[in-house]
Amino acid sequence: MYGGGNTFEGLKTDSLAQEDPIRLAAFEARIARGEKIEPTDWMPQLYRKQLIRMIEQHAHSEIIGALPEGTWITRAPGFKRKMSLMAKVQDEVGHAQLLYSAAETLGKSREQMVDDLINGKSKYSNIFNYPTFTWADCCFISWLVDAGAIVNQLANAKGSYGPYCRALERICAEESFHLKYGHHCVIYLASGTAKQRQMFQEALNRWWPPMMHFFGPSDKISAHTEVLMRWKVKMGTNDEMRNQFLDMYVPKIWELGFTIPDPSLKKNENGKWQYTEPDWEEFKRVINGDGPCNKERLEVRRIAEARGKWVREALKTPKMSYATPLA
Amino acid sequence: MNLALKELLYKMADDQLILGHRNSEWTGFGPILEEDIAFSSMAQDKVGQSLALYTLLQTLGESDPDTVAFTRNANQFHNCILVELPNQEYDFSLIRHFLFDTAEALRFEALGNSSYEPLAQLARKIRGELRYHTLHANTWMKQLGSATEESITRLQNSLQIALPYALGIFEPSPYEAELIDQKIFTGEVALKEKWMAKVESVLNQTQLHLPDWKTITPVYGGREGKHSEHLQPLLDEMSEVFRIDPSAEW
Repeated sequence: MYGGGNTFEGLKTDSLAQEDPIRLAAFEARIARGEKIEPTDWMPQLYRKQLIRMIEQHAHSEIIGALPEGTWITRAPGFKRKMSLMAKVQDEVGHAQLLYSAAETLGKSREQMVDDLINGKSKYSNIFNYPTFTWADCCFISWLVDAGAIVNQLANAKGSYGPYCRALERICAEESFHLKYGHHCVIYLASGTAKQRQMFQEALNRWWPPMMHFFGPSDKISAHTEVLMRWKVKMGTNDEMRNQFLDMYVPKIWELGFTIPDPSLKKNENGKWQYTEPDWEEFKRVINGDGPCNKERLEVRRIAEARGKWVREALKTPKMSYATPLA
Repeated sequence: MNLALKELLYKMADDQLILGHRNSEWTGFGPILEEDIAFSSMAQDKVGQSLALYTLLQTLGESDPDTVAFTRNANQFHNCILVELPNQEYDFSLIRHFLFDTAEALRFEALGNSSYEPLAQLARKIRGELRYHTLHANTWMKQLGSATEESITRLQNSLQIALPYALGIFEPSPYEAELIDQKIFTGEVALKEKWMAKVESVLNQTQLHLPDWKTITPVYGGREGKHSEHLQPLLDEMSEVFRIDPSAEW
């Protein structure tokens, strides 16, 4: 699961002046022709840097994203839900494994990436800094956060970096099952008892603002990303992604009889959704570490890393050397 | 025959459910991603196996699997105490996984020949899944049991703690003779003999030391519903949502 909005802050395009202009032109022509860039191909430093950053954030989001839902595995009601949720969260951890490998092809090791995560240097999707109070919160994530992730990931799968695209294709196939599972859970809450309906309505009220944040700041205020769009690193603007999500899922939420906590939400005649602008100050605050669960999420990772250190040490043998994963 | 068979099925189903639940607690917390994923796979297998066993019990007149799994109290569970103990550090979880799944593989191997055909069929399926569990356990035991001073010391300590509980897997059953007689199961005593030999053969390939079996006092009780203080909280957590409204569909 992943929201792409927070990836591209502070881009300095003047670093392109140091690249060989002929190689750069050939590189851009390849991308324009729709070719994929592979790990051993020439690429501008900025491309490499932004891709590492994006794939790494995506990987972190998968492993941190396993936590808010993971706490409900032990409480899932009934065999069917318990087994599905276990498989679903396991998929997310598997996505992290796949994505760390994709990022490693660009020259940064998994260990470095994990260190940067627990030291707070790298980011992950902001939405996982919010708590899951009830089973319905967990169902919201499985359905709608995964839905948002699919919108982002399907777009990114058409990007230019081969290993990332291939990882995303596989990830999207799995996410589509998550979406079905999540939708199924919500349908049962919607058609269940008054208490069950209330549980989901409350979850929707809690999660709607972070869900709107999920796709990143409004295009009006977000960093310039034309170069990244041209290089097919970023495949759509934040507002385009948000609009696509609203278009696909608002009708489904309404169909189940729930109320979305935004009185201004409606579809305009031009097909674009109109909504109350989310609180971007809160978004910034949370992404910079001051959200309800930031400390807890990183602390869990830190403890897991510290407790597992002896295992990783014991796996090393003198003959072992670092190998870049196959792309 | 019915009582003996039910007792056997209940204890096996409860073992799978509770250890599956414990294994799933590693999701998101493993020492490396690959172990998160492995423990989650084993958790899914085990919970799935428990569901299959509870479904067999339902055909014998017991309640439906969700009711049986999510509404009983600790004293109505027949799992061995080993599986309900908290995960603790990875070394304990690995040792428990090794000791328990070695027994499981042999148990379902034997049950593949059970005279109770539905169980024999199920056992042959489960046996295939367990092959991967023991492969996983043995690989890690051999690696960590011969690697660093810390890994060897940790595994050795956990082994000492787990062994008395592991012998509790084979807690004598009042139906032992009946089960053997009717060729439903070869029995706990025979299973234990095979298990001890298997455990020894794997440990011999490591730097771990197996204490003399005679010096280990088994911890019994689980099979007749007498559990440690850890089972009831696990069950309370497991049924937290289900109990909001047991008549609701989730």
